[in-house]
Amino acid sequence: MLKSALILASAPLFFTLAACSGESGTQLNTASAPATQVSRNIGSTVKNRGKLICGVSGELPGFSFVGTDAKYSGIDVDVCRAVTAALFDNPDAVEFRNLNTKERFTALQTGEIDLLSHNTTWTMSRETSVGLQFAPVIFYDGQAIMVSKNSGIKSLADLKNKAICTQTGTTTEQNLADQMRKRSITYKPVVFEDVNITFATYAEGRCDGVTTDRSALISRRTTLPKPEDNIILDELLSSEPLAPAVAKGDPQWNDIVKWVVYSLVKAEELGINSQNIAQLANSNDPDIKRFLGTEGNLGEGLGLTNDFAARIVKHVGNYGEVYDRNLGGKTKLNLPRGQNQLAIKGGLLYSPPFR
Amino acid sequence: MTNTKPPIWRDYRFWQIAVQCIAVILVIAIVATLWMNLNRNLQQLGMKFGFDFLQQEASFDIGETLVNYKPTDTYILALLVGLINSLRVAIAGILLTTIVGTTAGIASLFDNWLVRNISLVYVEVFRNTPLLLQLLFWYFGVFLVFPKVENKFYVWGLIHLSQNGIELPGFTFSPEFSTLLLGLTFYTGAFIAEIVRGGIKSLPKGQWEAGLSLGLKPTLLMRLVIFPQALRVIIPPLTSQYLNLTKNSSLAIAIGYPDIYFVASTTFNQTGKAVEVMILIMLTYLTLSLIISLMMNLLNRSVQIKER
Repeated sequence: MLKSALILASAPLFFTLAACSGESGTQLNTASAPATQVSRNIGSTVKNRGKLICGVSGELPGFSFVGTDAKYSGIDVDVCRAVTAALFDNPDAVEFRNLNTKERFTALQTGEIDLLSHNTTWTMSRETSVGLQFAPVIFYDGQAIMVSKNSGIKSLADLKNKAICTQTGTTTEQNLADQMRKRSITYKPVVFEDVNITFATYAEGRCDGVTTDRSALISRRTTLPKPEDNIILDELLSSEPLAPAVAKGDPQWNDIVKWVVYSLVKAEELGINSQNIAQLANSNDPDIKRFLGTEGNLGEGLGLTNDFAARIVKHVGNYGEVYDRNLGGKTKLNLPRGQNQLAIKGGLLYSPPFR
Repeated sequence: MTNTKPPIWRDYRFWQIAVQCIAVILVIAIVATLWMNLNRNLQQLGMKFGFDFLQQEASFDIGETLVNYKPTDTYILALLVGLINSLRVAIAGILLTTIVGTTAGIASLFDNWLVRNISLVYVEVFRNTPLLLQLLFWYFGVFLVFPKVENKFYVWGLIHLSQNGIELPGFTFSPEFSTLLLGLTFYTGAFIAEIVRGGIKSLPKGQWEAGLSLGLKPTLLMRLVIFPQALRVIIPPLTSQYLNLTKNSSLAIAIGYPDIYFVASTTFNQTGKAVEVMILIMLTYLTLSLIISLMMNLLNRSVQIKER
């Protein structure tokens, strides 16, 4: 709470103080301390620093969560690790920053983090007026509502005049208002800043329902006292394409993050995974050769080495492996791939050609 | 005449004015630099400074509102709803905390061992734990352990207690409002108790003795002799406590009460206008604080010794 207030409060300070030196418009020098981080060459800042600073939620099993082994895991976390694998050939050269939903954009705008991988919905206004630039979608989600099984609530209409818990700083507050307005259902929103308090309040029974992205509900349900007593309504309130984001104004850094995400998808399309990548190094398939960087110089165009994609697959795996490890059947979440399947298998994931 | 005027820099009157001018120029220069940097930084991010966004549709709902508000209304109205909610809690809080604090302060001077020590424990517990913790305690430990609405219980047949809050005939206090109100009341009350105790103790013993020798009963003595004099010492620090209470009400966001800070946060999140929203919040709290200060200063003037 306090931390978020600090970040919120420091934003205007930052905007006013930083870049006292930047006379030449966008060409900021990389000299003084806070100003360096808004320098429009984030890639080289990261390389000089030797590690990536990645903003994550840290509160959401399957997306980003600190496990009992004190290590971060999740699909959002693996995106950060893929980026550092591409940059440094080392997936662990990354420092994670836990951010709440409200402070995350300011942290990115002010350069406190290099990359935001925070189950963040890609929306138009976030790109046009908040100053973010999104990378490709890594998870197609939708907003849903969880209620307790014995409440008898079966649909949105049953929530008339009921209290619904949600979290501020997300698109969910607005989606809920929109959908209820469309159906002319009155309800009582109870909105919190902290995701843990949101779900604790729901667990105490103050709210009849709690709403956020469907995947997050499934994830949080596993942490409730009695998960089996809660059901998630089938009705989806919105579609939520979750994507990593970078600050606007550095096209090359945006390209790096974008093509790192595409690499994960492309690797799965090409059937390359962390197990077979060593054997495939000698493949004759020109697509695979270009992807792994044994032919052509695709990586140089990004300011990286040509084997950047091979590094990603070697250390982090392809999209399918990342998904299975964090969200798939072997995990508590047990989320079916659904829309998050490759396009060739009926899903929505697709990578432009690597050439 | 040979009596030439001394050079101007030897004249202290010149320096008196010059120093002030230099200070003003410095302040203007700093503000202008900050302003230019702000604009340049925002420009780099493709953002523009301005308050036009306030006219846009807010499109989020607010759980508690005293005025008629719909998601189709503007951000201005949403912020107004938040402001009214803040004022509601601040005004009620100031009234209640004055009662609680004064009672506890006077109780701490009682001869009765039990009363005195209850007051002591109250003050030490509430003064020495963080407010945020206390709010979470009131919320999860008191209001959310009330039964569900279906089996709410009745106090004296009039007040209904349930997880939906406190229902009195006519109106309902939500658990969030009640939590914030009680949390602020008891937290600030502990400080006020000490201020009241200190104020009363600051009077010379002779005032008590004089009153007693006139045959005044202790209650009358307190009301007519001691308290009016103690007020002169009490009111200035009391003002600070009222200001604290008002500003601390922004912790509402922790327990889901939609005050001005909460609404501003959502506005900030949806529009990305960090600087503008921060300026608005700062101005709002500044205005509230100045109004409270002004009123308390007037009150202070009225209780001071009148020279006759």
